Amino acid sequence: MENINLITSEIFISLSLMSLLILGVFKNNSSSIVYNLSIFTLFLSLLINLNLFSFNNFYLFNGAYKVDHLSNFMKVLIIVSGIFVMLSSSKYLKINKIFKIEYPILLLSSILGMFIMISSNDLMVFYLGLELQSLALYVLASFKRNDQLSSESGLKYFVLSALSSGLLLYGCSLIYGFSGSTNFDQISNNISEVQYGLTLGIVFILVGLAFKISAVPFHMWAPDVYQGSPTSVTIFFAILPKIAALSVFIRFLYVPFINLIDQWQTIIIFVSIASMVFGAVAAIGQKNLKRLMAYSSISHMGFALAGLAVGTNEGIQSSLIYISIYLLMNLAFFSCLFMLKRNDIYHEDLSDLSGLSKNHPILALCLLISLFSLAGIPPLAGFFAKFYIFLAVIKEEMYFLAIVGLLSTVVAAFYYLRVIKTIYFDSQTEKFDINHDIGLKISLLVSTVIILIYFIYPSPLQALISKIVIL
Amino acid sequence: MNFPILSSLILLPLIGSVFIFFNKSTEKNKTIKYVSIFITLSNFLLSLYLWYIFDKSIPDFQFIEDREWISGLINYKVGIDGISILFVMLTAFITPLCVISVISTIKYRLKDFLIAILIMESLMIGVFCSLDLVVFYLFFEGGLIPMFLIIGIWGGERRVYSAFKFFLYTLLGSVLMLVAIISIYWIAGTTDVQELYKIGIDQKYQNLLWLAFFSSFAVKTPMWPVHTWLPDAHVEAPTAGSVLLAAILLKMAGYGFIRFSIGLFPVASEYFVPLVYVLSIIAIIYTSLVALMQDDMKKLIAYSSVAHMGFVTLGIFTMTQQGIEGSIIQMISHGLISAALFLCVGVIYDRRHTRQIKDYGGLVSVMPKYAILFMIFTLGAVGLPGTTGFVGEFLILLGAFKKSFIVAIFASIGVILSAAYMLWLYRRVVFGKIVNADLKNIVDLNKSEKIILWTLAVPSIFYGFYPEPIFNTIDVSINSLIQTYNANLDIYFAGKN
Repeated sequence: MENINLITSEIFISLSLMSLLILGVFKNNSSSIVYNLSIFTLFLSLLINLNLFSFNNFYLFNGAYKVDHLSNFMKVLIIVSGIFVMLSSSKYLKINKIFKIEYPILLLSSILGMFIMISSNDLMVFYLGLELQSLALYVLASFKRNDQLSSESGLKYFVLSALSSGLLLYGCSLIYGFSGSTNFDQISNNISEVQYGLTLGIVFILVGLAFKISAVPFHMWAPDVYQGSPTSVTIFFAILPKIAALSVFIRFLYVPFINLIDQWQTIIIFVSIASMVFGAVAAIGQKNLKRLMAYSSISHMGFALAGLAVGTNEGIQSSLIYISIYLLMNLAFFSCLFMLKRNDIYHEDLSDLSGLSKNHPILALCLLISLFSLAGIPPLAGFFAKFYIFLAVIKEEMYFLAIVGLLSTVVAAFYYLRVIKTIYFDSQTEKFDINHDIGLKISLLVSTVIILIYFIYPSPLQALISKIVIL
Repeated sequence: MNFPILSSLILLPLIGSVFIFFNKSTEKNKTIKYVSIFITLSNFLLSLYLWYIFDKSIPDFQFIEDREWISGLINYKVGIDGISILFVMLTAFITPLCVISVISTIKYRLKDFLIAILIMESLMIGVFCSLDLVVFYLFFEGGLIPMFLIIGIWGGERRVYSAFKFFLYTLLGSVLMLVAIISIYWIAGTTDVQELYKIGIDQKYQNLLWLAFFSSFAVKTPMWPVHTWLPDAHVEAPTAGSVLLAAILLKMAGYGFIRFSIGLFPVASEYFVPLVYVLSIIAIIYTSLVALMQDDMKKLIAYSSVAHMGFVTLGIFTMTQQGIEGSIIQMISHGLISAALFLCVGVIYDRRHTRQIKDYGGLVSVMPKYAILFMIFTLGAVGLPGTTGFVGEFLILLGAFKKSFIVAIFASIGVILSAAYMLWLYRRVVFGKIVNADLKNIVDLNKSEKIILWTLAVPSIFYGFYPEPIFNTIDVSINSLIQTYNANLDIYFAGKN
């Protein structure tokens, strides 16, 4: 056990998770303390992870657990977005009377599950991590338990997710049966030829993973769950599980099954194109902003998968850049959503944005920036995200994917423009409250400013990610 | 490294807009007005200085700045030659006039408008300076955002429809260009324009790449049949928006044709010449006829813009010295004259709030100064000798005659038609009796309108009589452009035989 220090942050999070639970149980009215301590926990584990950042290719527990640049990078992304999500949503929780001790603890355990997913190098470990994060998310989705929509979304997510987990497990068992191992590296060694059982196993696992990142045709849950869950959970849904599932995608496809690329590449291309197009088209008619963002995220996941479909290191790296920028854009958008509060009631309809630019010019500008960035208009960060993806896609001469993808951005631009139109061109309505807490302001400001000035010097993120070499 | 004059030209308006952003936007706040005028004027002076120190005797790019940007992939590279410097100057010249017009006419959200104009100026100067395809694309597309807001916030009744149409049309055209740019990166290994000029692009890819670039530039020019966004955008945009759109935004495509389509894909350009000829001729004749039938002044001028840009594309693809020089002069002249015409319409629109031709008539007796200026620009648009319009159209026709007699004949018909619709417009609006009683109280041009319109009138007449300074600037660059073009074709056809 000489490398146990490599999982310091996992150990640290689990220990603080348990002690926070104890603290919450034994001390009355401690939800605020627990919440702040959870943020602090995340912050400390960020420091720990940054310390481990240079470790690459270390195995633990007989090769079941892997620490490399990919896992380090994704963990840092998860923690950073976790911190910002918690910072921005505390006031929302208080006003909606769901500021309870369970909330941060469930968030932390979900994050712990994601850590395990990201680092897993074994089907069983991967499944354990996946279930840990999912179980926490089921509860979180229905956290506003008196609210009909919230309960519905929790149940819906639970049922569908359980189904996909079942498929995933079946896929795992097939792969174990045909390759004789659950360890990714072992599988890779044991596979000598294309076997239908293996292909079937891959397909089942891809279905399960596609469900987690809400890619078409396994996206049905996303709009309802996004809309029904409390907004503070929606933002979590929109960002963190996708980061984790994407890194599992990378690890699962590129370590054991890179030799079977002909088998899975077409599937990924199909899922990617379907998500890009469906997400763009279906969002057009939406009136609820959270629902709109659900479709938008479906379409964005299509782009991230396009990078993975390429089958090269450039493709993987472009996906990672994409997800990092996607995180920022969603953070900016949802932070704006948290600010649409009037007399302690949060508004989330498109029509509520009407004429926002006259009453709240700064907030409107932030929304403008994040929306144009989501649409991928240069010079904002969202353009670069797409630029890297298409750079990788076109390098492998997959022109069809590139052209469909870019045309779908034009369709997608339409509904982002519709939101901007409501903000800037329509007549104004009542003003919103402006008593936001500092955490929300910080997360909005940080994300928007980064999106805006990213174009000045895009190299640092790229340099960081270019270290992640899988193949 | 020398003083980065091009980057300062690009950055100065941007800095100005940031400064204005942090200012309070009260009605009485004069600071933002002065700052925006000051910034745009100093940018114009800077561009004059640039012209002064620009060495007109060498065809190469000058004032090159080359910095690492996206590490290992793309460099931020800017530089100008004889062709681009004119467009940079045009941009820097038109923007202060726009700012003055905005300050005197826009009543609400002035601060936001000024910010949008300044950002536009940055982006447009960037378009004309950039020597890297990705940098070019960034500036080219970035212009969509401020223009969308200008049309949508300050536009007329159907502004939302027009703004959406403008945005989606141009975006649709441009995404294909992005695919082409990335393909070029992998085919040639670089997106640096200067490098690409040297190494050339494999012929077997040229046709597709040319079409992808064409789709973007054709929408932006705009060429028939993808021109329909322009009349809508012009009619609904506020005056300053129309001016920016007509004077500068449309020129980005013409510039793109010269710099990229011809420069990078000579073989494909030669191959597609008939296509461009046909589309240009249709644009010239068809849109002229459409212009004849318009009731709305702005729409009429918008259609005339399409016809004029038809001349430009025709001239560029004659691939002759005369044709391309004529196109550039035509673009400059159109930049000055159509800007002025939109301002002229804006002047009476601000007073009467209608753009219908039938609501006017007999303005000459109540607005004599206006009538004179409007006459100058009408004749300029017609292409009367002594205006820049004449020099441009004459040279384009000269180039066209050199290549194809029939094309030139058709184009000449367009010249006649342009005289018909412009003079008819002038007659209906300015001459005749005052039918509408309200017009009797209309006031003549005020001080700022006079300043703006005379500032546009003087160069369009001056360069009409004495176009030598423009020729001096572009001659060498165009000469070398055509030589490289012909040399490339020779190599290609020699290889084929």
